[in-house]
Amino acid sequence: MAAGAASGGSARADTYKDARGWLLLPSWAVLGIFVLGPVCMMLIYSFLTKEFRGGVIWEFSLAAYDQFFFDRGLFGDEPPSIEWTYITIFWRSIWQAGAATLLSLLIGFPTAYFIATRPENVRPVWVFLITIPYWVNLLIRTVSMKFLLRDQGPLNDFLIGTGLIDSPIHIVNTNFAVQLGLFYSYLPFMVLPVYAAVERYNFSLSEAAADLYASKWTTLRRIVLPAVKPGVVAGCILVFVPSMGSFLAPDLLGGAKNFMIGSLIEEQFKGNAGNWPFGAAASMILLTMVLIILMFSARQQAKADKTEG
Amino acid sequence: MKNLLIASAATLALSVAANAAAAEGKLVLYHWFEYMPQEVLDKFTAETGIEVTMDTYDSNESMLATLKAGGMGTYDLAVPGDYMVSIMAGEGLLDTIADGELANKGNIAPEWADPSFDPGRASSIPYQWGSTSFAVNRDAYSGDIQTTDILFNPPAELSGKINMLDSQGEVMAMASLHLGIPQCSADREQLKALNAMLQDAKQHWASFNSDTAKEVLVSGDAAVGQIYDGFAAKAREEGANVEYAYPTQGYVAWMDNVVLLKDAPNRDNALKFMDFLLEPENIAAVTNYAQYNAGVTGVADFLDPALAAQPEKNPHADAGDGVFIEVCDQETQAVYDQIWTNLKK
Repeated sequence: MAAGAASGGSARADTYKDARGWLLLPSWAVLGIFVLGPVCMMLIYSFLTKEFRGGVIWEFSLAAYDQFFFDRGLFGDEPPSIEWTYITIFWRSIWQAGAATLLSLLIGFPTAYFIATRPENVRPVWVFLITIPYWVNLLIRTVSMKFLLRDQGPLNDFLIGTGLIDSPIHIVNTNFAVQLGLFYSYLPFMVLPVYAAVERYNFSLSEAAADLYASKWTTLRRIVLPAVKPGVVAGCILVFVPSMGSFLAPDLLGGAKNFMIGSLIEEQFKGNAGNWPFGAAASMILLTMVLIILMFSARQQAKADKTEG
Repeated sequence: MKNLLIASAATLALSVAANAAAAEGKLVLYHWFEYMPQEVLDKFTAETGIEVTMDTYDSNESMLATLKAGGMGTYDLAVPGDYMVSIMAGEGLLDTIADGELANKGNIAPEWADPSFDPGRASSIPYQWGSTSFAVNRDAYSGDIQTTDILFNPPAELSGKINMLDSQGEVMAMASLHLGIPQCSADREQLKALNAMLQDAKQHWASFNSDTAKEVLVSGDAAVGQIYDGFAAKAREEGANVEYAYPTQGYVAWMDNVVLLKDAPNRDNALKFMDFLLEPENIAAVTNYAQYNAGVTGVADFLDPALAAQPEKNPHADAGDGVFIEVCDQETQAVYDQIWTNLKK
C-alpha cells in the first residue's frame, strides 16, 4: 500500500519539490501510529514475563517462544521435545484459509469475469449488488450462515424436500462449515480486485486469439489469466491473510472445538489463561509467516514483470 | 464564512457544556449480556435522573482482561461471579464501601451477607445466584440424566450432540466432580486422569459455545447443553423439551455480585444504583427476567409465583452438592491451562 502511494505521488513530485518532506508527514504519522507502533509493542510484549491472570511484568524472558516451540510435558518439568500443538494449530489455519481462498477464487473469478463483460453502464449495478450483503456486520452474517446450514435449517429442509437426501447433512461444526464461512466473509475481497483487472483487459486480444484458432480454454489459460494475474494474486492475498487470523467463523461455525490461530491468540488475552506474552509471540510468528508469503509473491510478481518486459 | 465559523464554534462550545452537565448524572455499568432488563434501568433513570450506559461481556475472564487492559476508570460497576470477586480483590481492582455508605445494606439476605469470596461484603452486593449444570432434550433421550456421564461419557444417542460452555472454569469444575477429585488438585495422578478423561470425552462433543448455549438447545442443534439453570428454564419456555439435571456427583453453584470498581468515575451514582438494586422490588424485577434467585430479603412478594415452582429451581432429593468454582494458585493454574489447551488444540 505504501509503495503504491509513493509511486502514484512521484509524477507530481517535481511540483512540490520543497514541500515534499512535510507533505508526507500525515502518511508517516498514520504508518507510525497504526502500523509500526502496535507491531513494536507486540514485539516487546512477546519478550516480557507473563503476569498471572493477564498483563506483563517488565522483565526480559524467552518463555513465550519457548512455550511455542518446546513441549515440557503437562507439569513443565520433562526434558524438552518439539511442541506440535501450536504447529498443528498453525497448519490447520493455513489449510482452512487456503481452502477458503481456493473456493473464493473458483466462485469469485467467474463472477468478476461476468461483471466485467456486461455493458459498461450496468457494471456498477452488479458491483453494488456484490457489496450489499457486506453492509451488514460480520458477526450477524456468520450467525445467519449458521442458521442456513444447520441440520433443521432451510438448506437441509430444501434438500430433503426435493428428495435429494433422506437425512440432514451435518455441516455446522465441521471444517467445511468454517471454510464456507471464511469464503463468504471475504468473497468481495476476491471479486473486486479480479474485476478491476478483468475490466482493464483488452478483449480484442481474445478475439485475436480466436482468429488464430486458439480454443476458448487456451485463450483463458494463455491470454486472459496472465493478463489479469496481478488482480488474482491481490485477491488471493486479501482473502488468505484475514482468513488465517479469523476467529468468528471457527468459533461460530466450527464449534470452537479446535483452535485456529485467531482463537488461540484471543484466548491468551480474553480467556482464563491470560498469557499476554504468549499471545504476542504467537501474533509475531503469524506476522512473520504472512510477511514471508507476501514477499514471496512480490518476488514472483517482479520476476514475471521482468520476463514480460 | 467568518460568521459560519463563529456559529459552529459556539455550537461546539454549547455541546461540550451540555456533555459536562450530563456527566454529573451518569453511571457506566459493565455487565453480562442478556442479564439486565431495560425497564429496571429506565426506572432507575426516572427515579434519580442518572443516565445509565451499559457495556456487556460474555465471561468473567474477558471482563477481567478488559479492565486490566485499561478499562479501569471507565466503568463504575461490574458484575463478576463469586470466584472472580476474590480474584479482582486480589488484583486491587475493587473499591471498599465504607460502613453506612449503602443505606440498604441490611437488606442482603443473612446467608449471603458474609460470603467467603468477599468477607463482610466490603466491595460487593448480591446480584443473582443459581447453578450451572446441563440440560437434556427429552425427545432425544429418555434414560437417566442425573449423572455427569451425560457430559463426559454419554450414551450413544447423545454422542456428538453435546454443547459445552466455552469456559475453562465451568468445564474443569464439572470434570472434577465427575472424577471425584478436588478442583485445584496438585496430585499428578489426578491431573493426568483429568487430562485423559477430557481428551476422551471430546469426541462426544459437537461444540464449545457460551453465548449461544440456550439457542443451540432451542434450535435442536444440540441435544445436551452445559448451561445455567435460568437459561435452561428460558430454553424450556421457548419450546425446547429440555430437562435440567442435578447430577448425583454434584453441580456448580455460583453467585454474581455487583462490585464497586476502583477509580469509578461516578462513585456516588454507583452507590445509588447499588442501593436501588438492594430494594426487593427492583432486584425481584431482575430475577423475574433472568429467572435465577436474588440474595435480598423480602423479594418473595414481588416474584413471579411460577418461578419458585420451576423444576430448574428445585434439586431432587438425590442431587449432589452445589460447589463454587475455586481459585487455584499460579503453579496449579498453569497445569489446568495446559489441560485446557490440550483439549482444544
